[in-house]
Amino acid sequence: MARKSSRDRLNNEVNAGSMADIAFLLLIFFLVTTTIAEDKGVLVLLPPWSPEVPDIVRLKERNVFSVLVNANDQLLVRGQEMPIGQLRTTAKEFIINPLKRETMSESPKKAIVSLRNDRGTHYFRYLEVYNELKAAYNELRNERAQQQFGRFFDDLDQDQRKMIVNEIPLILSEAESTSFGEEDK
Amino acid sequence: MSKFEKKRGKNTPGISTSSLPDIIFMLLFFFMTVTVMRTGEIKVAITTPSASELTKLEQKSLVSFIYVGRPQVQYQSEMGSAPRMQLGDKFSELSDIRFFLEKHKLKLPENQKAKVIASMKIDKDITMGIVSDIKDELRKAGQLKVNYSAKRKN
Repeated sequence: MARKSSRDRLNNEVNAGSMADIAFLLLIFFLVTTTIAEDKGVLVLLPPWSPEVPDIVRLKERNVFSVLVNANDQLLVRGQEMPIGQLRTTAKEFIINPLKRETMSESPKKAIVSLRNDRGTHYFRYLEVYNELKAAYNELRNERAQQQFGRFFDDLDQDQRKMIVNEIPLILSEAESTSFGEEDK
Repeated sequence: MSKFEKKRGKNTPGISTSSLPDIIFMLLFFFMTVTVMRTGEIKVAITTPSASELTKLEQKSLVSFIYVGRPQVQYQSEMGSAPRMQLGDKFSELSDIRFFLEKHKLKLPENQKAKVIASMKIDKDITMGIVSDIKDELRKAGQLKVNYSAKRKN
């Protein structure tokens, strides 16, 4: 009797030793198929479509920060050739205009960045320029946030952010591309 | 003295492996949740450029992907080597964009339709011609939120 009952008890146990192996197999499968989704990029708001060409001439010239990129990936910023390394600081100075120069924007609210590229411009250069302009604005907003609230722009609450965005709005217009350069074939 | 030694010597306690499955299962669930099964093959060669001012795309369901680049080698005999656009899993023309975006929006609830972002994965070495055309097409279709996919610059 005693023997029988001990056998019964043994038979009732499920062998869980292979559970680990099964789980391992599944784990390895998912490890192999996983591509941890890293989707990041430069977020851009395009202007709404309108058939007529925008009239930039109306604007005061001092408020327009024009950036042209030609098919050789060279930059022309407000009529002057410029290496991309200087674009950010130049843009920042233009927007804030700390010395109140006659040639730069009246106030950050009125500053307009006008970006124009050629159809032959390489995409990486275009994005680089866009990135620098965006970085200039982000840095300015961060500086303003530090001055007013003593915190980074990203740490502010929604109202404070709105206030700063209102003070330093990013107004970027993209004119239609020129087509002097050669496109990829 | 001898009493204690005897007892210890007889049955060496092995390491308990009974919690091993639990640990493995935890790992398994982690990987199951982060896994995104690749849907469809990307038929154009893309190396995204790098940038510093990046925004992370949070909701996958609200993103439509547009791929632009030169066709992969195996497709070059039929498609040529000029940069092409891929929507979903096939090469597409500019005029297909509007329909593609609408098709994506159809699946979404009404209040989320305005939040859709077009993520453009574009090869860094192609010229802006086709990109400008796509941008104009997106503007005409009213899809103004655009994300230029990029890697983090170090």
